[in-house]
Amino acid sequence: MKIGAGQQFLILGATSPMARYTAYELAKRGCALLLAGRSPSEVEAVARDVHIRYGVPAQPRTFDARDFASHPALIEETVSQLGHLDGVFLFFGEQGDQAKAQHSFEEARAIVEVNFLGAVSLLTLVANHLEERRSGVIVGVSSVAGDRGRRTNYVYGSSKGALSLFLQGLRNRLSLSNVQVVTVKPGYVDTAMTYGVVTSRLVASPQRVARGIVRSVEKGRDVVYLPWFWQWIMLVIRLIPERVFKRLNL
Amino acid sequence: MRAVRKRLSGWGRFPVEEAWVYRPDSLEDVRELLPGGNLTLRGLGRSYGDASLNKDGNVADLTRLDRFLDFDGETGRLTCEGGVSLAEVLEVFVPRGWFLPVTPGTKFVTVAGAIASDVHGKNHHNASSLSRHVESMALLLASGETVLCSRESLPDLFWATAGGMGLTGIIAQATFRLRRIETSFLHYKAVRARDLDHMLETLEQYDPHYDYSVAWIDGLAGGKDLGKGVVLLGSHAPLAELPTQQRRSPLPVLARRRLSVSRPPPFSVVNRMTIRLLNTSYRFTHRPREALVGYDGFFYPLDGVGAWNRLYGSGGFLQHQSVFPLQASRETLVRLLEMVVKSRHASSLVILKKFGPQEGLLSFPMPGYTVAMDFPVYSAPFLALVSAMDELVAQSGGRVYLAKDACLSRERFQAMYPRWKEWLAAKERYDPRGAFTSSMARRLGLAP
Repeated sequence: MKIGAGQQFLILGATSPMARYTAYELAKRGCALLLAGRSPSEVEAVARDVHIRYGVPAQPRTFDARDFASHPALIEETVSQLGHLDGVFLFFGEQGDQAKAQHSFEEARAIVEVNFLGAVSLLTLVANHLEERRSGVIVGVSSVAGDRGRRTNYVYGSSKGALSLFLQGLRNRLSLSNVQVVTVKPGYVDTAMTYGVVTSRLVASPQRVARGIVRSVEKGRDVVYLPWFWQWIMLVIRLIPERVFKRLNL
Repeated sequence: MRAVRKRLSGWGRFPVEEAWVYRPDSLEDVRELLPGGNLTLRGLGRSYGDASLNKDGNVADLTRLDRFLDFDGETGRLTCEGGVSLAEVLEVFVPRGWFLPVTPGTKFVTVAGAIASDVHGKNHHNASSLSRHVESMALLLASGETVLCSRESLPDLFWATAGGMGLTGIIAQATFRLRRIETSFLHYKAVRARDLDHMLETLEQYDPHYDYSVAWIDGLAGGKDLGKGVVLLGSHAPLAELPTQQRRSPLPVLARRRLSVSRPPPFSVVNRMTIRLLNTSYRFTHRPREALVGYDGFFYPLDGVGAWNRLYGSGGFLQHQSVFPLQASRETLVRLLEMVVKSRHASSLVILKKFGPQEGLLSFPMPGYTVAMDFPVYSAPFLALVSAMDELVAQSGGRVYLAKDACLSRERFQAMYPRWKEWLAAKERYDPRGAFTSSMARRLGLAP
């Protein structure tokens, strides 16, 4: 889908660095933005920042991915305020604590509720709006962690894997009504999630990933690994037979 | 929040010290670090010495707190978070006809770092330092409380923070005034000076007529040539001065393509021979002329080469910048330049500039001449030279610039900055536990 002036997008989880730089990319192209996040002061700051830098309308909204009952009102208000939506970029996610999740269902549940159920709830509402309009784009930020279950982060991984499958099905459904669905699978991105954990040359800047996200939308991609080389890394990882994989310390 | 054990240095790559480095994403994250204390604030790491180091302590990298929060298009009043870089300010506001009120020789510094060093620019003679243009700051204090300070409200905190080397609190937000420009070009003029007297005369003569002035001195020239060099002058060009075809887009952002030094060579490639070459080519490329030039090349000649500090090899380098009161200037300059010429420690870059009036407790400038010299070699005899230079500066009633310093002793610091007691009293009022510290602060007795 071509992205340009006059379009209006909702960004969910707008305060993360990746989301903020994606907002910059969209604002650079003249799009109006609704920036939604959990912390009122943080989304307010991001909205002001985007507006000052690029002069486009940018409004803050607060929401909680786990408060499913509040989601219909959020989307309705967004649509009535803007008139219509040209798409949604979903960035929110919960890394959680794998060790804790192995013993506490509450921890595991929080991870799954944010990453999967929160996304299902919100994206379904937006999907129905876009299906009716017969145009638009849905971008869901999943993760390479969702490509294969690993002992060190399978709770997070399975929630992202479920999100990838959900987006895949949604893409099939919405392709009939001219709505594009993009599954984004970032590798290591230089954010608080990886800071101090991964010190590898494979870590990409959030700016680079943000540029990749918007370019993927413009190129009409379905599933995209960012940066590109993760496609090949994950291909190899998926090909390892399970009987070997379970012995690897990954 | 996670911490990473890192080897850190300032821009001079000397000294190098290990610390636990945190990288908060929000002010809430920063608050978590306050109870632990022993905290040093760091932006883009462009101060030269140990101002942003904290041996075996905690360091907060604040570059991710970088959002613009308010801008008044009528007055040019900008409010932003402390981690915004000057490069970003230029990128966003030059196309709208606004420029930094004061800029140091690199744009890769944060707003908070610039205020903490109370940076000056080539326009100090008419614009003073950055603090003159700062209206207010929102500071996160060691107690966890956020307060607003300005000249009117909590002036003691305001003046302890401007030039306070990041030791009073976190500059969460700063409000300052940009200046109007009609074009992003400068009317540039280069004038040659044959010796020191001619150099000082030339600066006196042109300063009232140009927004910006700075002089480059051939640091290898001694005897009757001592102080020979080139005076560089500039003023923001009005629209009418541009050629007709350029007038349609008078405000381009002119950041040049960056080359980069990927890794330091085993020894300094800056030595007497290359310095001689450099000086000759400098004279050649800065022949007397007048021209229209882009702002980036005029203000940030070295920003075009990424990590140029690595050229000095793995030992690092030191920039010695000092200022002396007007009446002692000529004599001190001669003695300082002669000291360097005789020492055989060639200085690769010697920069001279005349300062105007200045406020502040620990701010560096004072009315008089400032001279900055880059030295490649870092060894024991060299440190003795630096110490002798510090002594000469102290005796003349001058001072050295803390943002560049890595060696100054506590006694000389106190002699150079007579208002240090006032500053320390403010520090004790706002940070009684001494939560904010740094290797420099301990060396100079500014924090426990």
